[in-house]
Amino acid sequence: MSSLSSPSPSSPALEADSLSRFFGQRRALDGVSLSVAPGEIFAFLGPNGGGKTTLFRILSTLLAPSSGTFRVAGHDPMRQLEALRRSLGVVFQSPSLDRKLTVRENLLIQGALYDLGGAALAARSDELLRRFSILDRAGDLVEVLSGGLARRVEIAKSLLHRPPVLLLDEPSTGLDPGARRDLTALLSDLAKEGTTVLLTTHLFDEAEAAHRVGILDRGRLLACDTPAALKAKVGGDVITLETRRGDGAAALAAEIGTRFGAEAGHISAVGGVVRLERARGHEFVPRLVETFPGRFRSVTLGAPTLEDVFIDATGRLFRVDEAVPPEAA
Amino acid sequence: MTAALALAKRELVRFARQRSRVVGAVAPPLLMWVVVGSGLGGSFRPAGAGPAGATASLAYFFPGTVVLVVLFAAIFSTISVIEDRKEGFLQGVLVSPASPFAVAFGKIAGGTLLGLLQGGALLVLVPILGLSVDPVALATAGAVLLGLAFALTSLGFLIAWSLDSTQGFHAIMNLFLIPLWLLSGAFFPASGAPPWLRAMMAANPLTYGVAALRQALGGRAPDLPGAGLSLAVTAAFAAVLFAAAAALVARMPNGPERGKLRP
Repeated sequence: MSSLSSPSPSSPALEADSLSRFFGQRRALDGVSLSVAPGEIFAFLGPNGGGKTTLFRILSTLLAPSSGTFRVAGHDPMRQLEALRRSLGVVFQSPSLDRKLTVRENLLIQGALYDLGGAALAARSDELLRRFSILDRAGDLVEVLSGGLARRVEIAKSLLHRPPVLLLDEPSTGLDPGARRDLTALLSDLAKEGTTVLLTTHLFDEAEAAHRVGILDRGRLLACDTPAALKAKVGGDVITLETRRGDGAAALAAEIGTRFGAEAGHISAVGGVVRLERARGHEFVPRLVETFPGRFRSVTLGAPTLEDVFIDATGRLFRVDEAVPPEAA
Repeated sequence: MTAALALAKRELVRFARQRSRVVGAVAPPLLMWVVVGSGLGGSFRPAGAGPAGATASLAYFFPGTVVLVVLFAAIFSTISVIEDRKEGFLQGVLVSPASPFAVAFGKIAGGTLLGLLQGGALLVLVPILGLSVDPVALATAGAVLLGLAFALTSLGFLIAWSLDSTQGFHAIMNLFLIPLWLLSGAFFPASGAPPWLRAMMAANPLTYGVAALRQALGGRAPDLPGAGLSLAVTAAFAAVLFAAAAALVARMPNGPERGKLRP
């Protein structure tokens, strides 16, 4: 509508420079810098407490950064807050629909918040509801919808004003596998149409579907690249040995190092598991099994996953209980 | 304004779908009114007022009861702000380009209309109580109720916005809102009270709202503040509270302490 609300073709969808947020002494977000191009799907992957929620709240303009700057579609929140908000569609992790209103009533209120109204708004609502296959439920109260349907309404709602950038906080929370696949396909379609998709997630397969992934841990952006490039940085294959009681992992890792030296590749012991990163892993597995019979409960060989990338970057398993105390954000 | 209208309409639609709220807001004050009014009727002789007895007593407590209905309605319509803001509907409103004024005004205007409807409904009892029924009086009473409903809904909004639990709201209701009402001349006249209590009542903005309503309905009491003063204070009360509510919404996005209020 106005030049303020449409991004100039050259500006990145998101530009962040040294974004930090402190809660007292705690650094929930620590010097995050990145740039996301229009039409990209970018996933912020990290454990709970990694800083995802804080970053989401800053980018959605609910929380001011303690330091650093960012722009969405070229708009600076300090000077062009309204224009920034117009170029952003936000999907919250917890429902932001009014359960006592119908699907259509929710969309009409949302439209009004963005100065839409009349026939144009009604047509746009129906268009989105049709696209998300929920037009037949338009008159139902939100409280009777399933979680998957309600999530679709949430996303439809966030797209009403045609934002160039869509920001989603853990969008697949509470969805069954089928609904999760639908969501991934939907986001991919949106990106093809030119919408930039920024999402937070703690699910590797969800991050896998993104064009680029930023790994957030303890408030820091540890790695940022395409899933393929991130995994290529992990050396060759990954061999995982699960030890019997979880206590012998460090000892076993040391013994493997002594016995095979550099041949064993990169060895690490994390949380009861010994990991070896090595090219041609299949040739090494039989030797491990013969050399250390009975010392581990299982051995797996695989191509690196994003989980391996995470472990390499942090030295920790990607588990909630190993994460820093959850940021209450 | 589109945004404010949509938010106000939302309040009305939600109310219409939650009928139990009417009972919650209207029944307790009515019950208290009947019990207290009838119970005290035998010993009731407000200073300088007319005849004693149950009817006089019920008539005395009536304006305060209407104000209590409005207060309860304001509480019911604003308490939802607490949860809505953290993990509900208001999240989406707060990241929208709607102005803080529109956000506050929409919510408060909706709540005000509901308070006005519920409090106004009680005015059908006016003739039974022998209070003034002429159109001017009723129109004045309506205007006073509008101001009071706007002020009290703004107050509820201010409190709810600053809190992160509904339990906190209940505590404030008991410690602050109910005493505010008790010390407004709704429950006992200032004339018989000790000086320290009279001072508190004179400083209580709600005293003027109750007095304005009492006078509009033809109630008499020698020590009531004048009608002009009462109306002026009530209007100022509403304006100040609303301005504070809008300022509070505006402060949030980049407020330095927002972190404390995170869900």
